[in-house]
Amino acid sequence: MFAWLRDHGIIERNVVLMGVLTLITISIGGLVQIVPLFAIETTIERVAGVRPYTPLELRGRDIYIREGCYNCHSQMIRPFRDELERYGHYSLAAESMYDHPFQWGSKRTGPDLARVGGRYSDDWQAAHLRSPRDLVPASIMPPYAFLDRPLDVADIQQRMRALRAVGVPYTDDMIANAAADLRAQATPDADPGAFQGRYARARQSAFDGNPGVVTEMDALVAYLQMLGTLVDFRDVTPAQLRQP
Amino acid sequence: MPTKIEKDSLTGTDTTGHEWDGLKELNTPLPKWWLYTFYATIVFAVVWMVIYPSIPGWKGTSGWVAREAVVADVAAAQARNAPMMARLREATPAQIAADPEMRAFATAGGRVAFANNCAGCHGAGGQGAIGGFPSLADDEWIWGGSLEAIQHTIRHGIRANESDDQRQSMMPRFGADALLTRAQIDDVAEHVLSFTSRATDQAAATRGVALYAEQCASCHGERGEGNREFGAPRLADQVWLYGGSKRDIVAMIGNPRAGVMPSWQGRLDPAITNMLTLYVHSLGGGE
Repeated sequence: MFAWLRDHGIIERNVVLMGVLTLITISIGGLVQIVPLFAIETTIERVAGVRPYTPLELRGRDIYIREGCYNCHSQMIRPFRDELERYGHYSLAAESMYDHPFQWGSKRTGPDLARVGGRYSDDWQAAHLRSPRDLVPASIMPPYAFLDRPLDVADIQQRMRALRAVGVPYTDDMIANAAADLRAQATPDADPGAFQGRYARARQSAFDGNPGVVTEMDALVAYLQMLGTLVDFRDVTPAQLRQP
Repeated sequence: MPTKIEKDSLTGTDTTGHEWDGLKELNTPLPKWWLYTFYATIVFAVVWMVIYPSIPGWKGTSGWVAREAVVADVAAAQARNAPMMARLREATPAQIAADPEMRAFATAGGRVAFANNCAGCHGAGGQGAIGGFPSLADDEWIWGGSLEAIQHTIRHGIRANESDDQRQSMMPRFGADALLTRAQIDDVAEHVLSFTSRATDQAAATRGVALYAEQCASCHGERGEGNREFGAPRLADQVWLYGGSKRDIVAMIGNPRAGVMPSWQGRLDPAITNMLTLYVHSLGGGE
Protein backbone atom coordinates (compact mmCIF):
# COMPACT_ATOMS: atom_id res chain seq x y z
CA MET A 1 0.00 0.00 0.00
CA PHE A 2 2.75 2.44 0.93
CA ALA A 3 5.47 0.90 -1.14
CA TRP A 4 6.59 4.31 -2.40
CA LEU A 5 7.71 5.14 1.13
CA ARG A 6 10.43 2.57 0.68
CA ASP A 7 11.91 4.67 -2.06
CA HIS A 8 12.93 7.29 0.51
CA GLY A 9 16.43 6.43 -0.60
CA ILE A 10 15.89 8.60 -3.69
CA ILE A 11 15.56 11.66 -1.44
CA GLU A 12 18.48 10.63 0.67
CA ARG A 13 20.68 10.21 -2.37
CA ASN A 14 19.78 13.61 -3.90
CA VAL A 15 20.97 16.50 -1.76
CA VAL A 16 19.22 19.17 -3.86
CA LEU A 17 15.86 17.40 -3.72
CA MET A 18 16.33 16.83 0.02
CA GLY A 19 17.14 20.53 0.49
CA VAL A 20 14.05 21.66 -1.44
CA LEU A 21 11.74 19.30 0.42
CA THR A 22 13.24 20.32 3.79
CA LEU A 23 12.65 23.98 2.92
CA ILE A 24 9.01 23.26 2.05
CA THR A 25 8.44 21.35 5.28
CA ILE A 26 9.98 24.04 7.49
CA SER A 27 8.10 26.76 5.59
CA ILE A 28 4.77 25.14 6.42
CA GLY A 29 5.65 25.15 10.12
CA GLY A 30 6.81 28.75 9.94
CA LEU A 31 3.75 29.96 8.04
CA VAL A 32 1.39 28.33 10.50
CA GLN A 33 2.98 30.43 13.23
CA ILE A 34 3.46 33.66 11.31
CA VAL A 35 0.39 34.05 9.07
CA PRO A 36 -2.19 34.40 11.85
CA LEU A 37 -0.19 37.35 13.22
CA PHE A 38 -0.99 39.31 10.04
CA ALA A 39 -4.62 39.35 11.22
CA ILE A 40 -3.91 40.06 14.91
CA GLU A 41 -5.17 43.65 14.73
CA THR A 42 -8.63 42.37 13.83
CA THR A 43 -8.83 40.26 16.99
CA ILE A 44 -8.52 43.29 19.31
CA GLU A 45 -11.99 44.36 20.38
CA ARG A 46 -12.92 48.01 19.92
CA VAL A 47 -13.73 48.70 23.56
CA ALA A 48 -13.25 52.00 25.37
CA GLY A 49 -11.12 52.57 28.43
CA VAL A 50 -7.88 50.65 27.81
CA ARG A 51 -4.90 52.93 28.36
CA PRO A 52 -1.16 52.40 28.77
CA TYR A 53 0.05 51.71 32.32
CA THR A 54 0.92 54.70 34.49
CA PRO A 55 4.62 54.87 35.42
CA LEU A 56 3.89 53.47 38.91
CA GLU A 57 1.72 50.63 37.55
CA LEU A 58 4.37 49.91 34.94
CA ARG A 59 7.04 49.52 37.62
CA GLY A 60 4.63 47.34 39.58
CA ARG A 61 4.19 45.16 36.53
CA ASP A 62 7.98 44.90 36.18
CA ILE A 63 8.15 43.72 39.81
CA TYR A 64 5.32 41.25 39.12
CA ILE A 65 7.44 39.77 36.34
CA ARG A 66 10.71 39.98 38.32
CA GLU A 67 9.21 38.05 41.25
CA GLY A 68 7.75 35.45 38.91
CA CYS A 69 4.15 35.97 39.99
CA TYR A 70 3.09 34.57 36.62
CA ASN A 71 4.44 31.18 37.66
CA CYS A 72 1.45 30.71 39.95
CA HIS A 73 -1.08 33.32 38.80
CA SER A 74 -2.69 33.54 35.38
CA GLN A 75 -4.28 36.68 33.99
CA MET A 76 -6.71 35.11 31.58
CA ILE A 77 -10.34 34.46 32.39
CA ARG A 78 -11.48 31.88 29.86
CA PRO A 79 -14.98 31.96 28.37
CA PHE A 80 -16.42 29.22 30.59
CA ARG A 81 -19.35 29.70 32.92
CA ASP A 82 -17.49 28.58 36.06
CA GLU A 83 -14.73 31.11 35.41
CA LEU A 84 -17.21 33.90 34.73
CA GLU A 85 -19.03 33.14 37.98
CA ARG A 86 -15.83 33.27 39.97
CA TYR A 87 -13.69 35.92 38.31
CA GLY A 88 -16.01 38.09 36.23
CA HIS A 89 -16.20 38.83 32.52
CA TYR A 90 -13.88 36.78 30.32
CA SER A 91 -10.63 38.51 29.37
CA LEU A 92 -10.50 40.50 26.15
CA ALA A 93 -7.56 40.75 23.78
CA ALA A 94 -7.91 44.52 24.09
CA GLU A 95 -7.18 44.35 27.80
CA SER A 96 -3.66 43.07 27.26
CA MET A 97 -2.83 44.96 24.07
CA TYR A 98 -0.27 47.14 25.87
CA ASP A 99 1.32 44.18 27.66
CA HIS A 100 4.81 43.34 26.42
CA PRO A 101 4.95 40.48 27.17
CA PHE A 102 1.39 39.56 28.08
CA GLN A 103 0.83 37.84 31.44
CA TRP A 104 -1.89 35.37 30.44
CA GLY A 105 0.00 32.49 32.01
CA SER A 106 -1.09 28.90 31.91
CA LYS A 107 -0.86 27.71 35.50
CA ARG A 108 -3.04 28.52 38.48
CA THR A 109 -1.42 27.52 41.74
CA GLY A 110 -3.00 30.73 43.01
CA PRO A 111 -6.17 32.34 41.67
CA ASP A 112 -6.46 34.18 38.37
CA LEU A 113 -5.61 37.87 38.77
CA ALA A 114 -7.04 39.29 35.55
CA ARG A 115 -9.79 41.14 37.47
CA VAL A 116 -8.33 41.33 40.97
CA GLY A 117 -8.29 45.15 40.83
CA GLY A 118 -10.62 46.73 43.39
CA ARG A 119 -11.64 43.37 44.79
CA TYR A 120 -9.66 43.96 47.97
CA SER A 121 -8.55 47.13 49.71
CA ASP A 122 -5.03 48.53 49.36
CA ASP A 123 -4.43 47.62 53.00
CA TRP A 124 -5.40 44.03 52.30
CA GLN A 125 -3.11 43.76 49.29
CA ALA A 126 -0.12 45.18 51.17
CA ALA A 127 -0.78 43.09 54.30
CA HIS A 128 -1.32 39.98 52.19
CA LEU A 129 1.90 40.50 50.21
CA ARG A 130 3.85 41.02 53.44
CA SER A 131 2.48 37.90 55.08
CA PRO A 132 -0.10 35.92 53.09
CA ARG A 133 -0.93 33.45 55.85
CA ASP A 134 -2.01 36.20 58.26
CA LEU A 135 -5.02 36.71 56.04
CA VAL A 136 -5.45 33.41 54.21
CA PRO A 137 -4.31 30.64 56.57
CA ALA A 138 -4.30 27.91 53.89
CA SER A 139 -2.24 29.94 51.42
CA ILE A 140 1.13 28.61 50.21
CA MET A 141 2.20 31.94 48.71
CA PRO A 142 5.64 33.11 49.87
CA PRO A 143 5.86 36.39 51.82
CA TYR A 144 7.07 39.49 49.97
CA ALA A 145 7.67 41.80 52.94
CA PHE A 146 11.00 42.84 51.39
CA LEU A 147 9.07 44.89 48.83
CA ASP A 148 8.81 47.63 51.49
CA ARG A 149 11.98 49.21 50.12
CA PRO A 150 12.37 52.34 48.01
CA LEU A 151 11.47 51.93 44.37
CA ASP A 152 14.23 52.55 41.85
CA VAL A 153 12.72 55.14 39.51
CA ALA A 154 15.87 56.35 37.76
CA ASP A 155 15.23 54.49 34.52
CA ILE A 156 11.47 54.97 34.24
CA GLN A 157 11.76 57.06 31.07
CA GLN A 158 13.92 54.46 29.34
CA ARG A 159 11.41 51.77 30.23
CA MET A 160 8.59 53.80 28.71
CA ARG A 161 10.60 54.57 25.58
CA ALA A 162 11.34 50.89 25.15
CA LEU A 163 7.63 50.11 25.28
CA ARG A 164 6.88 52.93 22.85
CA ALA A 165 9.29 51.33 20.42
CA VAL A 166 7.12 48.20 20.38
CA GLY A 167 3.86 50.07 19.95
CA VAL A 168 2.59 51.33 23.31
CA PRO A 169 1.27 54.87 22.69
CA TYR A 170 3.22 56.76 25.35
CA THR A 171 3.33 60.43 24.37
CA ASP A 172 6.34 62.71 24.79
CA ASP A 173 4.31 64.44 27.49
CA MET A 174 3.85 61.17 29.40
CA ILE A 175 7.54 60.30 29.19
CA ALA A 176 8.72 63.79 30.15
CA ASN A 177 6.52 63.76 33.29
CA ALA A 178 7.06 60.10 34.17
CA ALA A 179 8.90 60.60 37.45
CA ALA A 180 6.46 63.29 38.64
CA ASP A 181 3.43 61.16 37.67
CA LEU A 182 4.90 58.20 39.49
CA ARG A 183 5.26 60.18 42.70
CA ALA A 184 1.85 61.83 42.29
CA GLN A 185 0.06 58.50 42.05
CA ALA A 186 1.67 57.22 45.25
CA THR A 187 0.76 60.40 47.15
CA PRO A 188 -2.96 60.57 47.96
CA ASP A 189 -3.02 64.31 48.66
CA ALA A 190 -0.99 65.41 45.63
CA ASP A 191 -2.65 67.64 43.05
CA PRO A 192 -3.96 65.18 40.43
CA GLY A 193 -4.29 67.82 37.67
CA ALA A 194 -2.18 66.82 34.72
CA PHE A 195 -1.61 63.25 35.93
CA GLN A 196 -5.31 62.37 35.73
CA GLY A 197 -5.45 63.94 32.28
CA ARG A 198 -2.69 61.70 31.01
CA TYR A 199 -4.01 58.48 32.56
CA ALA A 200 -7.79 58.22 32.71
CA ARG A 201 -9.28 56.66 35.86
CA ALA A 202 -5.88 56.20 37.50
CA ARG A 203 -6.25 56.14 41.26
CA GLN A 204 -3.97 58.02 43.66
CA SER A 205 -3.35 56.37 46.98
CA ALA A 206 -0.76 55.54 49.60
CA PHE A 207 -0.92 51.98 48.34
CA ASP A 208 1.38 50.52 51.02
CA GLY A 209 -0.06 52.70 53.79
CA ASN A 210 3.00 54.97 53.93
CA PRO A 211 2.67 58.07 51.74
CA GLY A 212 6.18 59.25 52.62
CA VAL A 213 8.27 56.90 50.48
CA VAL A 214 7.49 55.39 47.07
CA THR A 215 8.26 51.71 47.59
CA GLU A 216 8.18 48.61 45.44
CA MET A 217 5.11 47.64 47.46
CA ASP A 218 3.38 50.84 46.28
CA ALA A 219 4.12 49.95 42.68
CA LEU A 220 2.99 46.33 42.89
CA VAL A 221 -0.24 47.15 44.76
CA ALA A 222 -1.00 49.97 42.30
CA TYR A 223 -0.59 47.47 39.45
CA LEU A 224 -2.74 44.79 41.12
CA GLN A 225 -5.45 47.31 41.94
CA MET A 226 -5.90 48.37 38.30
CA LEU A 227 -5.94 44.87 36.79
CA GLY A 228 -9.11 44.29 34.82
CA THR A 229 -10.69 47.60 35.80
CA LEU A 230 -10.11 49.65 32.65
CA VAL A 231 -13.01 48.36 30.57
CA ASP A 232 -16.46 49.17 31.94
CA PHE A 233 -18.51 46.20 30.77
CA ARG A 234 -21.78 48.01 31.38
CA ASP A 235 -20.97 50.07 28.29
CA VAL A 236 -19.84 47.18 26.10
CA THR A 237 -22.24 45.78 23.50
CA PRO A 238 -22.16 42.14 22.33
CA ALA A 239 -21.29 43.34 18.82
CA GLN A 240 -18.06 44.87 20.16
CA LEU A 241 -16.98 41.51 21.53
CA ARG A 242 -17.43 39.63 18.27
CA GLN A 243 -14.09 38.77 16.71
CA PRO A 244 -13.84 38.20 12.95
CA MET B 1 22.16 2.05 1.73
CA PRO B 2 19.96 -1.04 1.61
CA THR B 3 22.06 -3.66 -0.02
CA LYS B 4 20.35 -6.93 0.57
CA ILE B 5 16.83 -7.25 2.02
CA GLU B 6 16.40 -10.74 3.31
CA LYS B 7 13.80 -12.61 5.35
CA ASP B 8 14.78 -13.23 8.97
CA SER B 9 14.49 -16.94 9.67
CA LEU B 10 13.32 -16.59 13.30
CA THR B 11 10.58 -13.95 12.97
CA GLY B 12 9.71 -14.22 9.29
CA THR B 13 10.13 -10.43 8.99
CA ASP B 14 12.14 -8.60 6.35
CA THR B 15 15.36 -6.89 7.37
CA THR B 16 16.04 -3.27 6.48
CA GLY B 17 18.93 -4.32 4.28
CA HIS B 18 21.44 -2.39 6.38
CA GLU B 19 24.35 -4.23 7.89
CA TRP B 20 26.90 -2.99 10.39
CA ASP B 21 29.72 -5.33 11.22
CA GLY B 22 27.43 -8.28 10.73
CA LEU B 23 24.54 -6.79 12.69
CA LYS B 24 21.27 -6.58 10.73
CA GLU B 25 18.11 -4.64 11.63
CA LEU B 26 14.57 -6.04 11.42
CA ASN B 27 12.09 -3.88 9.55
CA THR B 28 9.15 -4.83 11.79
CA PRO B 29 5.96 -3.11 10.60
CA LEU B 30 3.97 -0.95 13.07
CA PRO B 31 1.16 -2.81 14.86
CA LYS B 32 -2.02 -2.59 12.81
CA TRP B 33 -4.12 -1.25 15.70
CA TRP B 34 -1.61 1.56 16.26
CA LEU B 35 -1.34 2.43 12.61
CA TYR B 36 -5.10 2.61 12.02
CA THR B 37 -5.62 4.64 15.24
CA PHE B 38 -3.03 7.05 13.89
CA TYR B 39 -4.84 7.36 10.56
CA ALA B 40 -8.12 7.82 12.44
CA THR B 41 -6.68 10.78 14.38
CA ILE B 42 -5.68 12.40 11.08
CA VAL B 43 -9.19 11.95 9.72
CA PHE B 44 -10.63 13.27 13.00
CA ALA B 45 -8.42 16.35 12.80
CA VAL B 46 -9.52 17.12 9.25
CA VAL B 47 -13.21 16.74 10.13
CA TRP B 48 -12.66 18.90 13.23
CA MET B 49 -10.98 21.62 11.17
CA VAL B 50 -13.98 21.68 8.83
CA ILE B 51 -16.59 21.86 11.59
CA TYR B 52 -14.89 24.30 13.97
CA PRO B 53 -13.14 27.67 13.42
CA SER B 54 -9.64 26.20 13.14
CA ILE B 55 -7.83 28.48 10.69
CA PRO B 56 -7.87 32.30 10.69
CA GLY B 57 -10.72 33.37 8.40
CA TRP B 58 -12.47 29.98 8.53
CA LYS B 59 -15.56 30.08 10.75
CA GLY B 60 -16.36 26.36 10.57
CA THR B 61 -19.55 24.75 9.30
CA SER B 62 -21.09 24.58 12.79
CA GLY B 63 -20.92 28.33 13.41
CA TRP B 64 -19.66 27.64 16.94
CA VAL B 65 -18.13 30.66 18.73
CA ALA B 66 -16.65 30.26 22.22
CA ARG B 67 -17.87 33.67 23.36
CA GLU B 68 -21.43 33.05 22.21
CA ALA B 69 -21.40 29.55 23.69
CA VAL B 70 -20.52 30.86 27.14
CA VAL B 71 -23.14 33.60 26.93
CA ALA B 72 -25.74 30.92 26.13
CA ASP B 73 -24.40 28.76 28.96
CA VAL B 74 -24.69 31.58 31.48
CA ALA B 75 -28.13 32.54 30.17
CA ALA B 76 -29.36 28.96 30.59
CA ALA B 77 -28.12 28.84 34.19
CA GLN B 78 -29.67 32.21 34.92
CA ALA B 79 -32.97 31.09 33.42
CA ARG B 80 -33.03 28.11 35.79
CA ASN B 81 -32.62 30.39 38.81
CA ALA B 82 -34.54 33.34 37.37
CA PRO B 83 -37.83 33.00 39.31
CA MET B 84 -36.06 32.72 42.66
CA MET B 85 -33.49 35.40 41.83
CA ALA B 86 -36.28 37.78 40.81
CA ARG B 87 -37.97 37.24 44.17
CA LEU B 88 -34.69 37.73 46.03
CA ARG B 89 -33.99 40.91 44.07
CA GLU B 90 -37.30 42.50 45.00
CA ALA B 91 -37.59 41.32 48.58
CA THR B 92 -36.16 43.13 51.59
CA PRO B 93 -33.77 41.10 53.73
CA ALA B 94 -36.46 40.89 56.42
CA GLN B 95 -38.92 39.37 53.95
CA ILE B 96 -36.31 36.86 52.82
CA ALA B 97 -35.59 35.90 56.42
CA ALA B 98 -39.31 35.34 57.04
CA ASP B 99 -39.81 33.06 54.02
CA PRO B 100 -38.27 29.59 54.59
CA GLU B 101 -37.86 28.85 50.87
CA MET B 102 -36.15 32.15 50.05
CA ARG B 103 -34.10 31.96 53.22
CA ALA B 104 -32.72 28.51 52.39
CA PHE B 105 -31.84 29.55 48.84
CA ALA B 106 -30.25 32.82 50.00
CA THR B 107 -28.14 31.24 52.74
CA ALA B 108 -26.84 28.48 50.45
CA GLY B 109 -26.07 30.88 47.61
CA GLY B 110 -24.69 33.45 50.02
CA ARG B 111 -22.18 30.92 51.31
CA VAL B 112 -20.73 30.49 47.81
CA ALA B 113 -20.74 34.21 47.07
CA PHE B 114 -19.07 34.87 50.43
CA ALA B 115 -16.30 32.36 49.72
CA ASN B 116 -15.63 34.00 46.38
CA ASN B 117 -15.92 37.68 47.27
CA CYS B 118 -15.60 38.21 51.01
CA ALA B 119 -13.47 35.41 52.48
CA GLY B 120 -10.19 37.04 51.40
CA CYS B 121 -10.57 39.73 54.05
CA HIS B 122 -13.18 38.40 56.47
CA GLY B 123 -11.92 34.80 56.52
CA ALA B 124 -13.51 31.61 55.25
CA GLY B 125 -15.86 31.44 58.25
CA GLY B 126 -16.22 35.19 58.73
CA GLN B 127 -13.67 35.10 61.54
CA GLY B 128 -11.80 38.17 60.26
CA ALA B 129 -8.08 38.78 60.53
CA ILE B 130 -5.75 40.94 62.61
CA GLY B 131 -4.99 44.32 61.14
CA GLY B 132 -8.36 45.81 60.29
CA PHE B 133 -10.42 42.95 58.89
CA PRO B 134 -13.36 42.64 61.28
CA SER B 135 -14.94 39.37 62.32
CA LEU B 136 -18.50 38.93 61.10
CA ALA B 137 -19.14 35.94 63.33
CA ASP B 138 -19.32 37.80 66.65
CA ASP B 139 -21.77 40.31 68.08
CA GLU B 140 -19.38 43.27 67.77
CA TRP B 141 -20.52 45.42 64.83
CA ILE B 142 -18.87 48.63 63.74
CA TRP B 143 -21.61 49.81 61.38
CA GLY B 144 -24.49 47.70 62.67
CA GLY B 145 -25.46 44.05 62.55
CA SER B 146 -29.12 44.22 61.61
CA LEU B 147 -30.17 42.84 58.23
CA GLU B 148 -30.69 46.37 56.88
CA ALA B 149 -27.34 47.63 58.17
CA ILE B 150 -25.47 44.65 56.73
CA GLN B 151 -27.19 45.07 53.38
CA HIS B 152 -26.27 48.77 53.29
CA THR B 153 -22.62 48.07 54.10
CA ILE B 154 -22.34 45.35 51.45
CA ARG B 155 -24.01 47.41 48.74
CA HIS B 156 -22.28 50.72 49.35
CA GLY B 157 -18.99 49.75 50.95
CA ILE B 158 -16.84 51.64 53.41
CA ARG B 159 -14.63 54.60 52.46
CA ALA B 160 -14.00 53.20 48.96
CA ASN B 161 -15.31 56.29 47.16
CA GLU B 162 -17.36 54.14 44.83
CA SER B 163 -20.85 54.98 46.11
CA ASP B 164 -22.45 58.19 47.37
CA ASP B 165 -24.16 56.26 50.16
CA GLN B 166 -21.00 54.60 51.42
CA ARG B 167 -20.13 54.28 55.10
CA GLN B 168 -17.91 57.26 55.73
CA SER B 169 -16.05 58.55 58.73
CA MET B 170 -12.55 59.76 59.46
CA MET B 171 -10.89 59.76 62.85
CA PRO B 172 -8.61 62.80 63.29
CA ARG B 173 -4.88 62.16 63.27
CA PHE B 174 -4.28 63.34 66.83
CA GLY B 175 -0.54 62.73 66.76
CA ALA B 176 0.41 63.24 63.12
CA ASP B 177 -1.51 66.53 62.97
CA ALA B 178 -0.29 67.60 66.44
CA LEU B 179 -3.80 67.85 67.93
CA LEU B 180 -2.51 66.18 71.09
CA THR B 181 0.98 65.91 72.51
CA ARG B 182 2.68 62.58 72.96
CA ALA B 183 2.05 62.74 76.71
CA GLN B 184 -1.64 63.54 76.20
CA ILE B 185 -2.05 60.61 73.81
CA ASP B 186 -0.47 58.42 76.44
CA ASP B 187 -2.97 59.67 79.05
CA VAL B 188 -5.95 59.08 76.73
CA ALA B 189 -4.71 55.59 75.95
CA GLU B 190 -4.50 54.79 79.67
CA HIS B 191 -8.05 56.06 80.11
CA VAL B 192 -9.24 53.89 77.20
CA LEU B 193 -7.52 50.90 78.81
CA SER B 194 -9.38 51.67 82.06
CA PHE B 195 -12.70 50.83 80.31
CA THR B 196 -11.61 47.21 80.42
CA SER B 197 -9.80 47.60 83.77
CA ARG B 198 -6.41 47.30 82.10
CA ALA B 199 -4.93 50.71 82.99
CA THR B 200 -1.50 50.36 84.58
CA ASP B 201 -0.96 54.04 85.40
CA GLN B 202 -3.95 55.34 87.33
CA ALA B 203 -2.66 58.92 87.48
CA ALA B 204 -2.33 59.03 83.69
CA ALA B 205 -5.75 57.44 83.25
CA THR B 206 -7.27 60.12 85.44
CA ARG B 207 -5.52 62.86 83.48
CA GLY B 208 -6.95 61.29 80.33
CA VAL B 209 -10.59 61.58 81.48
CA ALA B 210 -11.01 65.22 80.49
CA LEU B 211 -9.09 64.79 77.23
CA TYR B 212 -11.19 61.79 76.31
CA ALA B 213 -14.44 63.61 77.06
CA GLU B 214 -13.32 66.51 74.93
CA GLN B 215 -11.74 64.72 71.97
CA CYS B 216 -13.12 61.18 71.76
CA ALA B 217 -16.45 60.89 73.53
CA SER B 218 -18.53 62.49 70.79
CA CYS B 219 -17.89 59.44 68.57
CA HIS B 220 -16.76 56.64 70.87
CA GLY B 221 -19.19 57.49 73.70
CA GLU B 222 -18.64 58.66 77.30
CA ARG B 223 -17.83 55.14 78.48
CA GLY B 224 -16.36 53.84 75.20
CA GLU B 225 -19.60 52.26 74.10
CA GLY B 226 -18.98 53.24 70.48
CA ASN B 227 -21.34 54.72 67.91
CA ARG B 228 -22.39 52.85 64.82
CA GLU B 229 -23.58 56.01 63.12
CA PHE B 230 -19.94 57.05 62.70
CA GLY B 231 -18.52 53.57 62.60
CA ALA B 232 -16.77 54.38 65.87
CA PRO B 233 -15.90 51.01 67.40
CA ARG B 234 -16.76 50.10 70.96
CA LEU B 235 -13.69 50.59 73.16
CA ALA B 236 -15.13 49.00 76.32
CA ASP B 237 -14.61 45.40 75.30
CA GLN B 238 -11.83 43.03 74.30
CA VAL B 239 -12.53 43.06 70.55
CA TRP B 240 -9.93 45.21 68.81
CA LEU B 241 -9.65 45.82 65.09
CA TYR B 242 -6.01 46.94 65.09
CA GLY B 243 -4.86 45.39 68.36
CA GLY B 244 -5.74 46.23 71.96
CA SER B 245 -2.32 46.61 73.60
CA LYS B 246 -1.36 50.03 74.83
CA ARG B 247 1.16 50.35 72.02
CA ASP B 248 -1.55 49.60 69.43
CA ILE B 249 -3.96 52.11 71.00
CA VAL B 250 -1.32 54.86 71.15
CA ALA B 251 -0.45 54.20 67.49
CA MET B 252 -4.13 54.31 66.55
CA ILE B 253 -4.70 57.65 68.29
CA GLY B 254 -1.53 59.16 66.85
CA ASN B 255 -2.04 58.11 63.24
CA PRO B 256 -5.37 56.27 62.86
CA ARG B 257 -5.99 53.65 60.27
CA ALA B 258 -9.32 53.45 58.51
CA GLY B 259 -10.44 50.27 56.82
CA VAL B 260 -11.79 50.27 53.28
CA MET B 261 -14.41 47.89 51.92
CA PRO B 262 -15.42 47.95 48.26
CA SER B 263 -18.95 48.76 47.19
CA TRP B 264 -20.52 45.60 45.78
CA GLN B 265 -23.66 46.98 44.18
CA GLY B 266 -21.93 47.57 40.85
CA ARG B 267 -20.12 44.23 40.96
CA LEU B 268 -22.85 41.88 42.13
CA ASP B 269 -26.52 41.39 41.30
CA PRO B 270 -28.83 42.90 43.98
CA ALA B 271 -30.17 39.38 44.54
CA ILE B 272 -26.65 38.24 45.41
CA THR B 273 -26.00 41.14 47.81
CA ASN B 274 -29.28 40.14 49.49
CA MET B 275 -28.10 36.54 49.69
CA LEU B 276 -24.83 37.72 51.22
CA THR B 277 -26.77 39.82 53.71
CA LEU B 278 -28.69 36.76 54.89
CA TYR B 279 -25.55 34.64 55.02
CA VAL B 280 -23.47 37.19 56.95
CA HIS B 281 -26.37 37.72 59.34
CA SER B 282 -26.45 33.97 59.96
CA LEU B 283 -22.74 33.68 60.79
CA GLY B 284 -23.34 34.18 64.49
CA GLY B 285 -23.66 37.87 65.21
CA GLY B 286 -26.80 38.88 63.36
CA GLU B 287 -29.08 41.22 65.29
